[in-house]
Amino acid sequence: MASGNRSQTAQGLTLIAPPLGYAVLVLAAPLLTILAYSFFKDGYLTVIREFTLENYRAVWADPIFHRIMLRSLVVAALVTLATVVLAFPVAYFLSFAVSPQKKAMWLFLITIPFWTSYLIRVFLWKVILGYNGVINSGLKTLGIIEQPLTFILYNVNSMVITLAHAYAPFAILPIFIALEKIDRSLLEAGRDLGESRAMTFWRVTLPLAMPGVVAAALIVFIPTIGDYVTPALIGGGKIPMIANMIQAQMLDLDNRPMGSALAVTAMLIVAVISLVFIALNRRFLRVRQ
Amino acid sequence: MKGRGLRAYALVYLLFLYAPILLLPIFAFNSGTIIAFPLKSFTTEWFGQMWGNASLRRALTNSLTIAVSASILATCLGIFAARASTRFEFPGKGPIMGLIMLPLVLPEIIVSISLLVVLLSLGVKLSILTVILGHTLICMPYATVILSTAFNSLDRSLEEAAYDLGETRISAFRLVILPLVMPGIISSLLMSFTISLDEFIIAFFLAGNEPTLPTYIFSQLRFPKQIPMIMALGTVLVIMSILLLTIAEYFRRRGIAKTGAKNTGGFL
Repeated sequence: MASGNRSQTAQGLTLIAPPLGYAVLVLAAPLLTILAYSFFKDGYLTVIREFTLENYRAVWADPIFHRIMLRSLVVAALVTLATVVLAFPVAYFLSFAVSPQKKAMWLFLITIPFWTSYLIRVFLWKVILGYNGVINSGLKTLGIIEQPLTFILYNVNSMVITLAHAYAPFAILPIFIALEKIDRSLLEAGRDLGESRAMTFWRVTLPLAMPGVVAAALIVFIPTIGDYVTPALIGGGKIPMIANMIQAQMLDLDNRPMGSALAVTAMLIVAVISLVFIALNRRFLRVRQ
Repeated sequence: MKGRGLRAYALVYLLFLYAPILLLPIFAFNSGTIIAFPLKSFTTEWFGQMWGNASLRRALTNSLTIAVSASILATCLGIFAARASTRFEFPGKGPIMGLIMLPLVLPEIIVSISLLVVLLSLGVKLSILTVILGHTLICMPYATVILSTAFNSLDRSLEEAAYDLGETRISAFRLVILPLVMPGIISSLLMSFTISLDEFIIAFFLAGNEPTLPTYIFSQLRFPKQIPMIMALGTVLVIMSILLLTIAEYFRRRGIAKTGAKNTGGFL
């Protein structure tokens, strides 16, 4: 069957060529260009093609970069924590308490808000949480408060709430899939061997669900750290995150090598954190086999 | 009794997910110009204002052009990727599929900025064409996922039967496989259309001076006077996307039923 295999391989490669070609041209090539640019020098309005590490040195020495990167990491970490903790019971409910025919319906209901009008949803959170916003004006009309609540005004807290809302469905799906894979007889075995319901959850369900939790954490953490819209709208541009800084460096200041170095550094930091996170959870991830 | 607490929590959670969307129509029909309680009186003025707005109409035309083109392109590329990954083994399959799926997890700012830098250095003029380029890229992974489910649930013996009955590889694909995965294709088209219509970052960086609906909305959010109209526009957009997604879900389920597979639910 050697020739059969070869023709299978050839057919597979022919089929994958168009999407692969597209991804290489529109994704891989631009990413490599950014990488190359980050080692070039910036001349005024041009890029001088000479190898230098100066951009990276400047990025690492820049206190503004430290502050913004740290803020992005803290916001993304808080959003990840909030989404995963809030999403877990929902995923658990979907997997264990909802009848099989209704599961697809629930999943559909949960994912709908994710696909609708991201921009307007972010803006609405600003309106809901703002100085004269829905919460403050509503509470004032009811006579519960006299002064507006300030801890939710245009700051890191309001960004975390907004982003946690935006990425909530992304956290539910991987956890749900991991829970669905759990062999239900293992849980029964736990109960039969005299474990309480809580202990069975702690010693059987949770460890088996960990791969889903890890996937959920990463799938929320990585896009939120690069979010551009929320800091721009909620923070009014005054509390930028890393995406806003990259954009400013690339376009407003037109320093492409520096902007590229920023982007590459940020991606490296995110990659390292993700790998450390996966390594820390290796014990749980091995369960899968 | 076990599920009751969890069910209550899930319902509250669902309410939290829908809260902003539910506020949209309330303020779209409120005659007050400030988005706050208490509400004033009922009005349809903002919808009228929206209808008469010329730059909004232009943004809509651009957005529809982009979304239709990107969804067709992404779905075509997705068909290739899904067919290759579900039916064939070839060297480097893992990394290749990884690259195609990468836009799912890569922050959009990285995708758009790097594409922008390349386009500018090649001297390409920014237009809706460059947005289509970007949107096709980010819709491709979703199309591939949806179509892979469709191709995966195909019974291989149907295809083999077609060969045995004398069909060529191409005619078997057209006559047997394509009709069976058709619901998946429609679902992928609608999904990609919805994603492209709602996408902001790539349109913001790659559209040049051409407005799309999200970039138009973004530019208007700075003007308090325009907000009620944006609420009206948001209401229309939300209703439209819910409609499209419902149709997409209907076709996805029908496709699964057609090939006799078990419904695992959800788009991912």
